[in-house]
Amino acid sequence: MATTQAISGGQSRRRRQLSDAALLRLFIFPTLILIILMNIFPLFYSLYLSFTDYSAITRQAPNWVGFKNYSDLLSDKQMWIYFANSGRYALLSVGLQTLVGFGLALLLNEKFKGSGFLTTLILVPMMLSPAVVGLFWKLIYHPSSGIFNYIVTFGHPTAIPDILASPKLALWGIIIVDVWMWSPFVMLLCLSGLGAIPDYIYEAAAIDRASWWRQFWRITLPQVAPLLMIAVLFRTIEAFKAFDVVMPMTAGGPGEATELIALNLYRQAFGGQWRTGRASALAYIILIIVIGISNVYIRFLNKIRGD
Amino acid sequence: MADVALKNITKRFKTVTALKNVSFDIKDGEFFVLLGPTGAGKTTTLRVIAGLEKPDGGSVLFDGQPVDHLTPSDRDVAFVFEQYSLYPSMSVYDNLAFPLRSPLRNLSKDEIDRRVRETARKLRIEHLIERTTAHLSGGEMQRVSLGRALVREPRLFLMDEPLSNLDAKLREALRVELKHLQKAQGSTTLFVTHDQIEALTMGDRIAVLNKGSIVQIGTPEDIYDRPATTFVAQLVGTPRINLHEATREDDTLHVVDSTIHLPMPGKEALPSSFLLGVRPEDVQIHSEGDFPGEIVLTEPLGVETILHIKAGEKTMLSLVPGMTTLRIGDQVRFNIIRQRLHYFRLDGTRISV
Repeated sequence: MATTQAISGGQSRRRRQLSDAALLRLFIFPTLILIILMNIFPLFYSLYLSFTDYSAITRQAPNWVGFKNYSDLLSDKQMWIYFANSGRYALLSVGLQTLVGFGLALLLNEKFKGSGFLTTLILVPMMLSPAVVGLFWKLIYHPSSGIFNYIVTFGHPTAIPDILASPKLALWGIIIVDVWMWSPFVMLLCLSGLGAIPDYIYEAAAIDRASWWRQFWRITLPQVAPLLMIAVLFRTIEAFKAFDVVMPMTAGGPGEATELIALNLYRQAFGGQWRTGRASALAYIILIIVIGISNVYIRFLNKIRGD
Repeated sequence: MADVALKNITKRFKTVTALKNVSFDIKDGEFFVLLGPTGAGKTTTLRVIAGLEKPDGGSVLFDGQPVDHLTPSDRDVAFVFEQYSLYPSMSVYDNLAFPLRSPLRNLSKDEIDRRVRETARKLRIEHLIERTTAHLSGGEMQRVSLGRALVREPRLFLMDEPLSNLDAKLREALRVELKHLQKAQGSTTLFVTHDQIEALTMGDRIAVLNKGSIVQIGTPEDIYDRPATTFVAQLVGTPRINLHEATREDDTLHVVDSTIHLPMPGKEALPSSFLLGVRPEDVQIHSEGDFPGEIVLTEPLGVETILHIKAGEKTMLSLVPGMTTLRIGDQVRFNIIRQRLHYFRLDGTRISV
């Protein structure tokens, strides 16, 4: 009895030394400081830099140039090519991922032997490092030793051109990789949506003499749509930031066929003349575009949710 | 509308046998009630008839034709689910119109609209028609769920405890409404409930189900006045039937450990030991009654009062009209209406005498 009292007394004394509020601060402040240093400060600093002619490798202080960087960028015809590349890439890659991911989810929602194992297996690409994925897909696409051409042509790899060296096919090359890597993500979200639809709704629909197709359109799709839209939103944002897979695969080539806007941003910031100010402006333009697209999605999402 | 027959339906779920050789017929236009406690197999029976569940044995017939190979859609039955099963993200109107828009029906837009509005009017949900189902109360959802069944002209209505989630007042109102609708349309209806009052008030005939087997099928009078087993006798009637062990010595029946000794000549068919059932309304307080007892509890319900009378070691429930002036501890005398006694063997089956 005496010992338990002593122990509990000791605990309460220690607790008194470190109050709840102090504990709270102890946990929150390191994260807060990290966020301010790594996220919030760069956000505002780059906004400032986007109005200057700063270059990170010169030792000159930034000069205020107003909207010059923005007007230069927006009137540069080259930039529009890169934006168009990114737009095409986002549209095709996200569209395909949605179809493939949703399709996979519909298949795997039917419980069969080994479906759990298969689901885990399908999720693997998502867990790999993008740079590694880029490197080994480059090997897979290799025109003579890669497996891709070999399979697609049923054993005659030279029957089709080198995917990544072809100006027409290179963008498709990276789209395929993105679809391969991220369809599982769409599938995962769709699966959780499908799992939340109770069986009795389908039973009611069967009783009401609705065909499979009608059940899909009127019950499955509306129920999964919100999660599907979230997946599309995430993937679209990612598509505009696509860099790490593309860089090791094509580095923007051939020519400018796969020069996505994020790739070009990297080049402006860290290649050649290190035009930090101009790159910051470009980063802000991308940010505004992404926020704009996200807003459209979120409005649509709220609309299909019906409130 | 159709008549329906179940022939020796057996259904097993893994190790549990949910239905054992269940057979019954529902006549065209009949309101047939399946009554039983939770887990008796009532819902499983409905699901087998609807085609949502495949039986392990036996056959379901509509109008004499087996429908075992038909899908739920082809059987053309309407099902009111206990959990409503409304289509989320659709308005009440769309929920009601959903079964009518089936391509198998091929109805015109005007016809669908007419029928949806007519059903909504019948169920008094016209004002809800534009709302989505997420914004409905339990009672409103229940009405929409009923409406989705009534809007069709199915061969058979299957209703799985459609009134169970409503509050008492609404339940009473819908009970009456539902019976009206059923009689007006002459629809064949199979209604599942665990509530004996619903069963007695609504059913043309009642099948009592226990542990997957039919115990008794009959009219409400049959079930109440001639229960086939002690299970049925105890299931129907509130307050519960008085059921006590009794013995027969020559022409006198003795309720064991009590003051009740009934001279009953001509009951030679009774064994020496049996169960005696007395409905509470057949136990009547009378100043010159045959048996003495003591009031141990009174439950005034307003229109009637339940008296707990201790007669020896046994307590008899008595139902008397109105409120009572009797208090706990009062000594009373009571009579038992001898023509309305129920006799059961010790295994629970009825003895007809």
